[in-house]
Amino acid sequence: MLSLRRKDLVCRQAVELVTAYLEDALSRRDRRRFESHLRECPNCSAYLEQIKMTIELTGAIEPEGLGPEARVDLIDLYRRWRGE
Amino acid sequence: MDVELLSRLRNGNEEAFVKLVSWYQQPMLRLARSMVSSHAVAEEAVQDTWMGVVRGIDRFEGRSALKTWMFRILVNRARSAGSREHLNVPIEALHAVDPSRFDEQGHWADPVDRWTEHSDERLDAAAWVPLLKSALDDLPPRQREVVILRDVEGLSGDETCEVLGISKGNQRILLHRGRSRLREILDAEIERS
Ligand SMILES: [Zn+2]
Repeated sequence: MLSLRRKDLVCRQAVELVTAYLEDALSRRDRRRFESHLRECPNCSAYLEQIKMTIELTGAIEPEGLGPEARVDLIDLYRRWRGE
Repeated sequence: MDVELLSRLRNGNEEAFVKLVSWYQQPMLRLARSMVSSHAVAEEAVQDTWMGVVRGIDRFEGRSALKTWMFRILVNRARSAGSREHLNVPIEALHAVDPSRFDEQGHWADPVDRWTEHSDERLDAAAWVPLLKSALDDLPPRQREVVILRDVEGLSGDETCEVLGISKGNQRILLHRGRSRLREILDAEIERS
């Protein structure tokens, strides 16, 4: 039987630290525990990779271009606002 | 860039305003849409914001980025519009990962998928963005706001706190839950494909 040392993270805990890890908001001690867990755990490494890819894909969401009509409306409004 | 644009805006330069609108109309609409229940209300909030920008530009002190300042106006307008609508707030998930994915010791019960064979490969963004957009729409509003500002608009954590008027800790929790949920949805689809 594998016995866990108390300072070791299990995967269920590790996944909750991922954002704080990426934000560089973990204490030095927690960061060490997290990184040593990653080194030994291919699943959590894959999980971290998935989170990074999720962030990258979310960044690829582009706003649709602004239609010409909407722009004309706003310019009209702008002239009125400035004129007031 | 902000400084020059700002002085042109203050002088009532129409071209500068058009530029500002073409950059920020869609991002603002998307953020507003995430806070209120209908497109019409979101458009109204954005229009109110442009008015607030035009009228307030002389008072804007430039202590934060122009974008942060505008988003903050928007959030205030959208929130007051949203509170008039009495939205039902969905219950937020407490776990980054569905607890049933772990065994009794807290280890992954099944292997976690590598989305690409090699970790340096990229997923085809065009294929997954539509799914991600609808997943973003389904997030609880506060998570959605944070994810949009951080991961779509590229604001920093501090700027996001300023725009939404929330603490750093709160911002991180909302970001964590939002990103975790998006990952979960992508994972389910990627596994099926
Ligand atoms: Zn693990």
